[in-house]
Order: sequence, then structure tokens, then C-alpha cells
Amino acid sequence: MDERLLKREERAVFALRGLYQRRGYLPFKMSKFEEYELYARNKDFLSSERIISFTDLNGRLMALKPDVTLSIIKRAEDRSGVKQRFCYDESVYRPDGSGSFREITQTGLECIGDLNAYDVLEVVSLARESLEQVSGGAVLALNHLGLLTALLEETGAPETLRRELTACIAGKNSHDLRRLAAENGLDAERLCACAAVYGEPGDALNQLETLCSGKAGAALKELRELFGLLTQGGGSTRVIFDFSLVSDTQYYNGVVFRGYLPGAAESVLAGGEYDGLMRRMGHRTRGIGFALYLDRLEERERERQWDVDVLLLCDRESDAAAILTQVKELNAKGLSVSVQNAIPEKLRCREILDRRGEAAGC
Amino acid sequence: MLNIALPKGRLGEKVYDLFERAGYACPAIREPGRRLIFENETLGLRYFWVKPSDVAIYVQRGAADLGVAGKDILLEYEPEVYELLDLGLGRCRMAVAGRRGFYDSGERTLKVATKFQNIASRYYAAQSRDIDLIPLNGSIELAPILGLSDVIVDIVETGTTLKENDLEVLAEVVTISARLIANKAAYPFKTAEITELTEKLKGLVQT
Repeated sequence: MDERLLKREERAVFALRGLYQRRGYLPFKMSKFEEYELYARNKDFLSSERIISFTDLNGRLMALKPDVTLSIIKRAEDRSGVKQRFCYDESVYRPDGSGSFREITQTGLECIGDLNAYDVLEVVSLARESLEQVSGGAVLALNHLGLLTALLEETGAPETLRRELTACIAGKNSHDLRRLAAENGLDAERLCACAAVYGEPGDALNQLETLCSGKAGAALKELRELFGLLTQGGGSTRVIFDFSLVSDTQYYNGVVFRGYLPGAAESVLAGGEYDGLMRRMGHRTRGIGFALYLDRLEERERERQWDVDVLLLCDRESDAAAILTQVKELNAKGLSVSVQNAIPEKLRCREILDRRGEAAGC
Repeated sequence: MLNIALPKGRLGEKVYDLFERAGYACPAIREPGRRLIFENETLGLRYFWVKPSDVAIYVQRGAADLGVAGKDILLEYEPEVYELLDLGLGRCRMAVAGRRGFYDSGERTLKVATKFQNIASRYYAAQSRDIDLIPLNGSIELAPILGLSDVIVDIVETGTTLKENDLEVLAEVVTISARLIANKAAYPFKTAEITELTEKLKGLVQT
């Protein structure tokens, strides 16, 4: 197969499917629709509350799926001792900035069940390897939400204020973070100091060491072990710590991560441990996974200078068999050919072969 | 190369002065003309002027690594960007204003005219106040005078326009000023340059 014929997105899906299946992740195929209620119950988990819904022939309110993880958890077994690994490449439907909906191609994986440290390491490693399949020079940023939860608890801030503080942290907005803490009489010095921690794991974790104790210290220990194991794995992707990497703690707990590619305007990969979501969906076991947003992979292939390599001109008198033979010969040399009677206005070609006027048998 | 989106107009000129004092000059920007992009190859900088309300879009979409946007725009559109520094420039208030002596008894739906629909909605939702939101694009002060709305939610700088139209500030919603913002996906690749620039600006802002 000539891989040049595949678009960048298609090549990525092909490579990633192979990578995930080699690690024992089973392909998960789902319907385009789910009952709307699944999303209504977990709307804070979704990137937007706006969902395309419709009533089916049986009167059930359905939705075009805006997310894959919820559907996988819904179908996963919930038994201790069981561990299930799924991978997918699916379309999801989400609103864009202009108010209309977009079909987004997403590929990813979920590991659900009785998870241990290996499973977390495996998924984070696969996230890193996924970025490497797509591009060199990527960055994978990691955080542990146990740090944030423990430091927010320390401040004694009420829930609504915690959300505001978290939003400041997510925006690296230290000025409003300090202002909010001061206005509400919070002792948030350690939280403010941690909020600025970012960069190479060695330096970042050493800075955190002086600021974290108790529950935060336990999260830091987990993170240090994970970074240590990831470093042993090698690879071209730079792995960094980023305290501003936060997700809704109702759903996500432990390790969260995001992947960036040079030149891309947004992060292309997002994932984490979602034990909170599992609890909310009635599961006793744990879950971790990630999604790679293929629509965000910039089309960086050089724009084609021509539509076909060869424009082969012929007329009614041309020998059809000879023309076909020549087309096949050119194809065999790796050249694309378009057979036309005249030079089309909107077709750019590298070379023109004019066989008009050559009657059959000449 | 750091790409920086500056807001066109008076605020943008003050912002550029600040960048210049921090050591990020691009003399061509001072030359008269209609050019929109200015480059200083030696410093690895490219500035461009954009409409103030568009700065956040340029930064979120990655056309600019950094930009300067008003807090009003950041609160209204909630772009996915980092907000690295309060530059303290263009300081003003987002406020609720109405006719002098207006009293909101809370008995009926409050008619609110504004350009800032999200800010106004969130402000009243936090108070569980039922409102009828009237989106307007300009001359907001006219709305309560003509009875189109009970109050307005708008930016108040000196309060002169309100005073001259027999209006007054009824409540302050939030303080507004210019903020340095950064693209989230550019940050991991240009951390050193962005941090250095932010620290130099911070040094000037704090003095």
C-alpha cells in the first residue's frame, strides 16, 4: 500500500490502532447515538452542555454522541479483579466557537477495572508514544490532582470559591489568585506558591517538596515515581510538570496529562484518571484513559504544486489500448495521469503528453 | 520568534510603550503609515495591531503567542488562554447603572441592556435574580433613558457620560484592566522567552 495516499489524519489512525492493539487494547465500536440521559446526568464532564438531540421512533430522547468515554464506561464490566482495555477511533459532535456543531475525529483508549501503578504508567506511556507517532518534538505535561485537592482543602475555601481559585490556577493567573485569597481572608500562600510551579520534573518536584505535606505529599510521591519510570522509558517527547493542568475534581482525581505539538494552536491530547466519574456512574472500580484530537493535527504537508503529474491528451482517433498501456507504464513509475481531450482550465500538471492526431495503428 | 498581538488605539500605544521600556522595542511601529505587522528580527519579535476585542481570538487560535486584552473581553468570551499578568493599564469598572434614584424592588423581572451578555448573566445568576437580557451594540446609556431597560451593565471610566445623562452607578460588577495573555499550546515551546518577557513587564508594572 502506498502510504502517501493517506491523509496525515488517516496515517495517524492507522499507526495508533496498531500501537494500541499491540498492547492488548481491544477495538471498541459504538453507535453514533446514545440516550440523552447519559449526558444529562454527567454534563459537567463534557466540554460543553450543548448536545444535538432528537426523538427516535420509539419516543426516546437520543443524542448524537459528544463523548466516547461515557459510552465505554457504561458498557464496561464492574467486577473486582477484572481489567478491561479498549481503544477507539470515533467521531464526536461538539459545538464550535461560532455556535454551530462540528464533527470531530477522536482516537484514544480507556483502561477500566482493578487498576494498579503499572496500568497508570502504561496509559501515560502510550499517550507519550501516541504523540511520537504523530510528530517529533512533542511535549507531554503532567499533574496530579491530589496536590490541588489537598492544597484547596488547606485553605478552607467553600466550594464556589474553590472553583474560582481553580479557574485562576488553570489560567496561570497568579494576580487574581492572590487577590481572591486576600479578599476572602484565606491562608493560600502554599497554594499560590505551588500554582507557579512549571517545567522540568526534577526542578519542579523539588520545589513542590518544600511546599507539600500530608495528602499533598502522598500525591507528590506518586508523581515522583511516575516521572522516574517515564524517564527510564526514553523517547523524543519532552515530559514536564504543570500545576495549571487541572480538570474537574468531581470526575478526575490522580494523574492528569495533556499533549502539545510544535506549531499546533491547541493541545492535541488530553487524559487522566477518572475514578470520580466511575463512582458517579455506579462503578466501584477505577478508570484512566486519553483522547487524541485528530482534527487538531495541522495539515502540515506541503501544498501540492500540481494536481496530476502527467496530462495525457488524446482524441477520438487515438488507439485506446495504447493509451491505457501508456497510462499503466506511467503509473508504474509512480506518476499520476489524467487523460483528457483538451487542456482543462482547472487542472495543474507537471508535464503534458500530446497524442492527439495519432490515429490508431500509426 | 515571539508573535505579539497589540490592541489598536490609545490603550495599545500605552501597552507598546511598556513593552519598549521592558526592552522589547520595534522602532518601525512608531513610523506613520498603515502597516499592521512590525518585526524586530534581532530581538526575535513580531508585533501586530488588531481590534481590541479580537486580540484574545488571535492568541487562542495561535496566530499570536502573546497578546494584551482587557479583562472585560476575557470575562465575556472566556477564551482558552493563560492570563499571565495584570498590566494595570486602562483601569476602569464594569458596573450596573440606571436612572438616578432607580430602586430595584426585586418584585419583577429586571430589564438589563448590555454589550456584555455573559458577564451580566453570570452577575445576576449569582444573585438568583430573574432578568430580561437586552443585547445592544452601542449607545447603551440610551436604554434606561428611553425605558428600553431598567438598568445597563457597561464599562464606566470617568462616569461623565452617565452623569450628563442623569444616570448613576448602582453597583460595581468587576474591576477591569489590560492583561497579558498567552496561547496555551505555544507556552510549552516558548516558555523561556515568555517567562522572561513577563518578568520584565512585571518589574515595570510593580514599580
